[in-house]
Amino acid sequence: MKRLAALAAVALLTACAQPSTPSPTATPPARPVVFAAASLSTVFPTIAPAQYSFDGSSGLVDQLKGGARADVFASADKKNMDKAVEAGLIDGTPTMFATNALVLITPADNPAHVTGFDASLTGTKLVVCAAEVPCGAAATKAAQANGLSLRPVSEETKVTDVLGKVSSGEADAGLVYATDAATAGAKVTVFEIASAKTDPNTYWIGVVAGAPNKAGAASFIATVMGEGQATLKAAGFGPPK
Amino acid sequence: MTTTLGYPRWAVLPLGLTAAVLGLPLLGLVARADWPALPQLLASQRSLDALRLSLGTCALATLIVVLLGVPTALVLARTRGRWATLGRTLVTVPMVLPPVVAGLALLTTLGRRGLVGQYLAAWGIDLGFSTAAVVIAQVFVALPFLVVSLEGALRSAGQDYERAASYLGASPSRTLFTVTLPMAAPALASGTALSFARALGEFGATLTFAGSLQGVTRTLPLEIYLLRESDSDLALALAVVLLGVASLVVWFALHVQSRGRHE
Repeated sequence: MKRLAALAAVALLTACAQPSTPSPTATPPARPVVFAAASLSTVFPTIAPAQYSFDGSSGLVDQLKGGARADVFASADKKNMDKAVEAGLIDGTPTMFATNALVLITPADNPAHVTGFDASLTGTKLVVCAAEVPCGAAATKAAQANGLSLRPVSEETKVTDVLGKVSSGEADAGLVYATDAATAGAKVTVFEIASAKTDPNTYWIGVVAGAPNKAGAASFIATVMGEGQATLKAAGFGPPK
Repeated sequence: MTTTLGYPRWAVLPLGLTAAVLGLPLLGLVARADWPALPQLLASQRSLDALRLSLGTCALATLIVVLLGVPTALVLARTRGRWATLGRTLVTVPMVLPPVVAGLALLTTLGRRGLVGQYLAAWGIDLGFSTAAVVIAQVFVALPFLVVSLEGALRSAGQDYERAASYLGASPSRTLFTVTLPMAAPALASGTALSFARALGEFGATLTFAGSLQGVTRTLPLEIYLLRESDSDLALALAVVLLGVASLVVWFALHVQSRGRHE
């Protein structure tokens, strides 16, 4: 990855050194097509310009399998990136670029008096992600680690649906990622989950095999691994492990 | 209908393209499904739960649609002027709303902190995450289909027979049940079937308003949406079932309608 960053830097320097002679290496790469997990939809556009398509990670893998043209794939978990690698959809090895820990949220006024990820959740309207999607798998893992058996009133397909139901006050509590909680700001109260913090969800990025815009893909990934890290941190993401 | 007019021969080309645009994706779905494994896939508990929930809620929603929609269509068909236009606009708008907007509208109205929902909550009525919420979402999106199709039929049918009935001393209610409704039966049947089909396909409003829990709020479309994440074979199998039921219902609707037209 450092090499890519170096390449990008060299390309940039060349561009500065020869402002008058246009050459293929001097023009900045065209905007790459980036397929990224839905949880990256607010932060990625502030890191670098690209043509974005945001969806659930497994939905994106399905689209790539179906022959969708993309340059970069960013997955919200290892499982789906592994699926993409196994299917031969990724060029080279993917890189971990961020982590994201599950947290418990309640509406700002915490109407059900939840005290944390503990027995106080019993009998409340708890909303989680379905076990089939990454945030649901993380919820199951956290429940096991804390010896809790969760009784959710709804198992959503998207983490943003969990967030929406809690921030609107429709549900008493929900399990979302730290970054989702960050986007809701003052509308929700956040309780950290210790076990989730030590074993967070990992985010992976890679160049799509047969990418039409390889140079753009490489420079995009270099940006995410470089100056993008500060932006990711501000959005609630943890650093890659 | 007496004689059938012909059509210019070039119209066959767009017809072929229409068949391709509408038919090929359905064919693709049917071709991709794992037919030998279909019975076994569909026998799984989650498929049965989703199927049962979908058929049950749709039947109830359709019943409510008929009870509310028939009188509404009648009043709208017999009213002229500004208020009638306003009413007609109101019943048509949910038809063209994106489903997620319909869900948000229901949530901000009937949700626990919604316009009406906060008072319901004070009375101990909590619609969120309940099967009742699914039915409400289905009624919201399906009711316009019945009202619009029945109102159109009542309006174009003319009122000669009804006038005769009322001259002979029949009350408006008696005229409605013995003259108007029997005459509008084909439109009523097809409108009802279309409402059922629309309720069966309801997705966005349910997802936004009711949530998704197996056997309680997770209807067929929601189950298909979730299964895409893990078991695409089962998702396709359920999609084929949904396509089959919807086709059957729509075929029935068109069948009664065309029989009514030939009478």
